[in-house]
Parts: sequence; C-alpha cells; structure tokens
Amino acid sequence: MKPKHWYDYFWIWTVAYFALGFFNILFAWLGMVDFLVPLLFAVFGGNKWFCNRLCGRGQLLTVLPRKFGVSRRKPAPRWLSSPWFRYAFLAFFLTMFGNILYQSYRVFGGAASLREVVKLFWTFRLPWGWAYTAGTVPDWVAQFAFGFYSLMLASTLIGLIAMALYRPRTWCSFCPMGTMTQAICKLKQRGRLPEDTN
Amino acid sequence: MPSKRYAKANRTRCVSCGACVRECPRGAVEIWRGCFARIDPAVCVGCGRCREACPADCIELLQREAAS
Ligand code: SF4
Ligand code: SF4
Ligand code: SF4
Repeated sequence: MKPKHWYDYFWIWTVAYFALGFFNILFAWLGMVDFLVPLLFAVFGGNKWFCNRLCGRGQLLTVLPRKFGVSRRKPAPRWLSSPWFRYAFLAFFLTMFGNILYQSYRVFGGAASLREVVKLFWTFRLPWGWAYTAGTVPDWVAQFAFGFYSLMLASTLIGLIAMALYRPRTWCSFCPMGTMTQAICKLKQRGRLPEDTN
Repeated sequence: MPSKRYAKANRTRCVSCGACVRECPRGAVEIWRGCFARIDPAVCVGCGRCREACPADCIELLQREAAS
C-alpha cells in the first residue's frame, strides 16, 4: 500500500540514524529509542504498535523492495520463523547487548580503555575514529555508542540480506524486538483468545 | 457477492509483525492485542496480498463454504 499516514515516513529515521553515526558516533545513543519504545508499548499497552506502525526498519524493508524491486519475494525457510530460532536469536542479541554494557562498564571503571572501532558482524573491525573526538564525553559513553552502533549495523545488514533473499520483511519474523514484544503481549493475555477463530 | 476465497492467518506461527495489515487493500486485518493477525472473513476479498507479504508464510487462502 502507498504511504497514507504521517508515521509512514519513519524509514527516513533509520537511514538518518546510520548517516549521523557515520559522522558522529554519539548519535548511536539515539538507537535506544528503537529499543525502549517497543517495550513500553508492549508492557503498558499490550500491543505491537511499534512494529505495526512506527518501526523505521520495518518500513525501510518494505519501501526498498517497493521502490527498487530489491527482493526475490520468495518464502523464507520455515525454521527462520520457528519459535526455537526466534528465541535463540533473541538470546544471542541480549547476550551481545549485555556484552556492550559490560564493556562500557569496564571502560567506566578503568579496567579497559576506549576502543574506537565499529565491529561488523562481531568479527571485522572497522576503524571509525573520525566519528569521535576523544574526550568529548566520558569514555564509557563513547564505548557504549561504538558497541551499540555495531549492533544496529549488524542487525540492519542481516535484515537487508534477508529482504533481498526472501520476502521484504523476513527480518521481522525473527527480529529480537519483535519476538520480545510479541512474547510480552502473549504473556499479558495468558492464553486468552478472541471468541471467534478468524 | 462474497469472494470465493478468504485469508486466514495461523495463530501459532504468526509473529504479529503487521506486514499483512499494511498490504491489505480492504483493511480486513487487525493484530489482536499484539499476539497474532486476525482477518475478518466478511471483509476479506481473497486477493492474497497479505499472504505474499507475510514473512512467516503463515497465511492461507481458504475456500468459502458454499452459502446454503
Ligand atoms: S519486528 Fe523488528 S524490525 Fe520488524 S517492525 Fe518490529 S521492531 Fe521493527
Ligand atoms: S486476502 Fe486480500 S483482502 Fe483478504 S486479508 Fe489478505 S490482503 Fe486483505
Ligand atoms: S504478515 Fe504474517 S506474521 Fe506478520 S502479522 Fe501478518 S500473518 Fe502475522
């Protein structure tokens, strides 16, 4: 469908996020919005309005294939959307997020020094020093930014690869935020179901 | 005249992403309390666009029972 709501343009936010982080890594902190807002909606609203309306990444994955045809639009293998894979991937992501917190804490406590690198897929180190002038903020704040930007970059690239190979929003079937918010919503309903079976 | 077919999402496999909601030209789909997609068979025209968009591939098109 064509965009028809004001919130259909949040894909621009996703593009802007990576552009801003390219020039100044501290903008990576803004990504916490994409982490916290979906959880707030799920915990307090019991809904997935973030995924269903607001998420810039989900929109980007929809818009790119629509405009440029960059998706094969083939069904993805079933295991990608199976519960065990979704929860394993969520666990992996939370572990990686925990690691970012731990590294920032080590820098905070002086046990480690700031490393100005963005890691691609947790393996390849990309020097990223231009995006940060040492001493602008406490080192741990910068360390978190480098780590979080790496996480956002990796997940977006996985999303784009899945988009190209399978259906546009294949990423959303195993996105950790999607899994987490759906789990919270289901927990809130605890087996309650609508009366019909539609 | 209702369409011959209508869409139904599998509640167990749906990931409640909302891709189907966006694609449906009739507004027949809602995400029920963040848990799964529900498609109103009375509104659905069986076009299959939601099925093509579903990343979990969990929507089927069913034949309507012949109205008796
Ligand atoms: S599943 Fe993830 S990427 Fe997809 S809409 Fe939800 S939060 Fe965004
Ligand atoms: S089959 Fe067409 S009309 Fe029916 S729910 Fe899917 S997109 Fe909407
Ligand atoms: S597109 Fe598929 S997985 Fe996503 S909400 Fe609709 S039925 Fe569920």
